[in-house]
Order: sequence, then C-alpha cells, then structure tokens
Amino acid sequence: MKFLSLVWSNLKRKKTRTALTLLSVFVAFVLFGLLCAIKEAFTAGVTMAGADRLISRHKVSLIMTLPVTYGPRMEAIDGVDLATHWTWFNGIYQDEPKNFFGSFPVEPISFLEMYPEYTLPEDQLKAWLNTRTGAVVGTTLVERFQWKIGDRIPLKSPIWPREGDEAWEFDIVGIYGTTENRGDPSGFFFRYDYFDEGRVNGKGEVGWYMVRVADPDRADEIAAAIDAEFANSPYETKTEPEGAFAQGFVQQMGNIGAMLVAILSAVFFTILLVAGNTMAQSVRERTEELGVLKAMGFSNGLVLSLVLAESCVIALLGGLAGLGVAWAITAGGSPVPDMLPVFFLPKPYLVIGVGLALGLGLIAGIFPAIQAMRLQVADALRRNA
Amino acid sequence: MSESNGVLVRVENVEKNFQRGSEKVHVLSGLNLEVPDGTFLALMGPSGSGKSTLLNLIGGLDRPTTGSVEVGGDRIDKLSGRQLAAWRARHIGFIFQFYNLLPVLTAERNVELPLLLTHLSKSERRKHVETALDVVGLSHRTRHYPRQLSGGEQQRVGIARAIVTDPTLLLCDEPTGDLDRKSGDDILELLQALNRDHGKTIVMVTHDPHASARASHTVYLDKGQLSLEPPE
Ligand SMILES: Nc1ncnc2c1ncn2[C@@H]1O[C@H](COP(=O)(O)OP(=O)(O)O)[C@@H](O)[C@H]1O
Ligand SMILES: [Mg+2]
Repeated sequence: MKFLSLVWSNLKRKKTRTALTLLSVFVAFVLFGLLCAIKEAFTAGVTMAGADRLISRHKVSLIMTLPVTYGPRMEAIDGVDLATHWTWFNGIYQDEPKNFFGSFPVEPISFLEMYPEYTLPEDQLKAWLNTRTGAVVGTTLVERFQWKIGDRIPLKSPIWPREGDEAWEFDIVGIYGTTENRGDPSGFFFRYDYFDEGRVNGKGEVGWYMVRVADPDRADEIAAAIDAEFANSPYETKTEPEGAFAQGFVQQMGNIGAMLVAILSAVFFTILLVAGNTMAQSVRERTEELGVLKAMGFSNGLVLSLVLAESCVIALLGGLAGLGVAWAITAGGSPVPDMLPVFFLPKPYLVIGVGLALGLGLIAGIFPAIQAMRLQVADALRRNA
Repeated sequence: MSESNGVLVRVENVEKNFQRGSEKVHVLSGLNLEVPDGTFLALMGPSGSGKSTLLNLIGGLDRPTTGSVEVGGDRIDKLSGRQLAAWRARHIGFIFQFYNLLPVLTAERNVELPLLLTHLSKSERRKHVETALDVVGLSHRTRHYPRQLSGGEQQRVGIARAIVTDPTLLLCDEPTGDLDRKSGDDILELLQALNRDHGKTIVMVTHDPHASARASHTVYLDKGQLSLEPPE
C-alpha cells in the first residue's frame, strides 16, 4: 500500500500523456460496453429462446403458411405439451411505413401460456377475451406512440387486406410487460379469430407454430415426429428448436457477433499499443531513477511490480470509467427501441470488461517492466556520468 | 555488520574488466584497499581511472571480475542479486553527483523512499525523515519539489536520503562536482560532521583537491592500482 502513492506520483509526472492514455482506454471501454450491449440485443432472441420450445414452419419457406388445423394435431403428438401459432401481419400505422412494429394475430390463451416472460394483468386478459377487436401492446410501443388503454388503432396490412378494403381497427385492452430482459416489449398482438374472419384471402392459414415439449431432452425426437406427421401433405413442416431458429436468424444478419468481436479486437490492439508505448516511454525516461531505487535496495521484483502497477492503474481507471459510462448509457434504455428492443449491458460483460482492463494493464506493462527489472544499476547510473 | 579488526571495507586482489564490443577494458588490476571504521576517505584519480567502478564494487552495485570485496565482515562479492539489494538497503547510503532525486516527489518523500523497504510504520517513517532533514539543515523545505530547490539544497536532500536508514557506510561519487564553491564547501562540512559526530565511515570520489583536503585520508587511483601519492 505504501508503494501505491509512489505509483500515483509517477503517473502525475507527465500529466498530459497520462490523461491522453487514460482517455483512449476510457473510450475503448465505452465502446466495448456499447458493442456488448448491441451484440446482446441482436442475440437476445437466441438466449431468450426456451430450451423446451420448438418452432415449426413450412418446409419450403418461413413466409409460406400452414393450416390452423395443425395446432390440435401437433398437441396430439406424444411429448407435445402445447402449440400456439403466429402470423406475420406487417401492420402499418397512419400509412407511414416508418411507423413499423411487429404485429401478429395470435390465440390469446395458448400464446400467453407459451410465453411466461410476457406478463399481462388478469383484468386486461379478461378484457382481451371479451373484446373481439382487442389488442395487447408492449410497453415500449405504448411509449413510442403515446397510446393508452381504450385507444382505437387503425392498421393497414399489405399482406392481409380486410374485406371491404378498410383498415383493420383494434382497441387497446391491455399493456403487457416482459420479465428479466426476455421477450420483446415492442410487440402488437391481437386476436386471430377477428383477423381470420375479416381477411379477404388465406382464411384458416397461420404463419408458424411454437410448440412446447414436456421434456427438452427429447426435443429433437419430437421435432422429427412432428415433421413426420405432416410429411407428404401439401403443407410439409420443418421443426427445430427455437434457439436454433433464432441463431439462424442472427447469422442471416451478417454474423453480427463475429463482426463486433473483430471491431473490438482492433480497438484493443490499438489501445494495447498506445498504453504499451506510454509505459515504454515512461520507463525509458526514468532509467536513472530506477537505477537509484535499485541502488537504495529496491529489489528487481519490486521494480517490476511498480511498473506493472502503474500500467494496471491506468488501465483499470480508464477501463472502469469507460464501463461505468457504457453501463449508464445502456441503463437509460435503448436509443432505438424499435430496432433493438432489448438493450442492456449484462453483468457478465462487466466482469469480462474488468478482466480485460486488468489484462490490458499487465500486457501493456510487462515488457517495460521486464526491461526495468533487468536494468543494471551501474549501467543505469553511468548514463549521466 | 560485524567489523573485523576495525576494518570496515577490505578489497583484496580485485580485478575488474569490462567488455566493450570485442575489446576488453582492464579497469582495476589487482587492487587492494582497507578502509578502517570511522574513516573519511577521499578517492582521487584522473577521469576514467575507475573511481566509480571501485565505489560500485564497495557498494555492492557490481561484482569484481576476480578478487574479494568484504564489507563489515560480509563477502559481498558472494551475495546473489537479491541478497545484495537487501544488503545495500541496510548498510549503504549512496550520494550522487547529480543528486538523483525523484522529481515527482517532495523532499520529504524522496528522503522517505529507502524507509519504504523497512517495516517501519508511517509515523515512524515520518519521524526518521524529520530527523534526517534536520541533520542536513533542511527542516524548513520539506514540502518542496527538487526543481524548487537549489543545487546545494538538493544535495542535502540526497544526503538526508542516504542517512535516513542510518547506514554504516556512505559512498559519495563526486558529491560536490556539480556545485559552486560555497555550496560545495557546505556539503563537505556536512559530510565531515556526519563522519565526526555521527560516526559514519565515508568513501568519497572526487577530483577536487579542495574536497579531498576535508577527508581524513586520501588515496589515488591510477592505471588500475591505488597509491598514497598523487600520480606524476
Ligand atoms: N559498464 C561498463 N562497460 C564498459 N566500460 C565501462 C563500464 N563501466 C565503466 N567502464 C569503463 O571503465 C573505465 C572507468 O570508468 P569509471 O569507473 O566510470 O571512471 P571514473 O569514475 O574514474 O571516471 C572507463 O574507461 C569506462 O569507460
Ligand atoms: Mg566517475
């Protein structure tokens, strides 16, 4: 501890240089935190996926539909607990394509049972069941458009025109929440029966099914059984675990994860050079001083530790400040809730960040520290003689 | 440190060579020296004659190529690097021509440095630092940084730092070489007082006859050997 103030004094030697190094480490770690949050946002669907959930879709393409009658047939298969369906509605609000959000006709009871992460107050569920035109809306969507319960929302769908060429009209009867950062709080869900009755074409068709299995260990086997059930029909299915589906979706998005890792690697490599150069310079300038410390009896190991400590203090100060700011930014919620509804910095990344900062300090400091350790006192002192 | 027959430093048959590229530089060749306890010895000689080299050997900063160096009964040429560091911390105070203070530390924190290697508490360290700065007559400038002090004052801080652990042996390499006559005289007086009143044994490298006149003994180094007479 008594040596820490010595380390601290050394950092104040070249204040500008120390400040600039701190600043670059700081910026790198803000970036690290934000990119981690973005990566998390993109892969949220994957980690959100329940291990016990399968997704069953048309074998040819996700945009091709399946009969609504498949639901009971799936539930009849051994090991299947529950099936519920989704359909892509693509509702457009106020004729403005920019006002995009995910909207889906669903079957309320089985849907909410399938997704325990979506929470809806009891009385609002009752209202939904009692209101044919009822819709429940996520918290961020409500915020975005300043909606409230009781509002009537007209939506047009380019896929699903309504009989009479009118806009679909929905009454907001509930606002759902999401728990533990799972689930998408920007969705718009309404009743399938109202939708099916009103649409011009495709009656009796749904987009895809979510299937819950009783025993996740048997998921693959049950997926195969479902596909076998509908084989050789006009509507063959492809069933896979929800996680695999979401993962595939993310991969389609250009392998965001790998891209972010590449960016971060470049950033940290640069920072390593910056910090390493700072330390190397600072040791070079201090050759005589280090020699004097050794003459006084500072051991080689102690000198090594002092240089490493200096490097680690810079990295940790800059790193912690950067992580703190990144955390504060993400704690404020998503800046683009419609694009990235799930946006936060999970704790494990903070721990990784602190580890990275420490690693950065050690690696940036190790070569100058070894150089300082190897310094021969007599040589170091002869420099000025 | 146990003295043998009142001799604090005994250098026997020391040879010291340096390798400079492919060339071997013979600096000390079969050198012998005994420094009795309580001596103030001046070590003179032309530039490049090996005065600093010899001082480094006595202070355990370097090892002889052959021969032995015994200080206070310890064969320091036999000690490992780590042992030497600990040994220096306990027994030696170095004073340098260019003071070699840490510019980022105040006078008192510079003086405190060697005490960081001891088990003394913060308040004990402060007491020792106060005493040392008092001895060199700098009690009033403890919070100043080196750049705020004159050369003479900086050298006093350097001396306070050398004596703060109360070592037996002070090794000074041209301690007045960078000072004007007046400040130099003050420093020499201070060294004399440390020798006379505090019982410090001092080996001082200098090529200033004025400085050597203050010492109790003078030896001359030339062509790798010591003599009691100045070289022609
Ligand atoms: N580490 C070293 N490597 C090579 N040559 C050295 C080294 N240290 C000292 N020398 C040489 O040894 C000789 C004596 O040096 P030094 O002891 O510094 O002389 P002085 O202090 O008497 O001026 C010089 O020629 C010097 O160049
Ligand atoms: Mg010299």
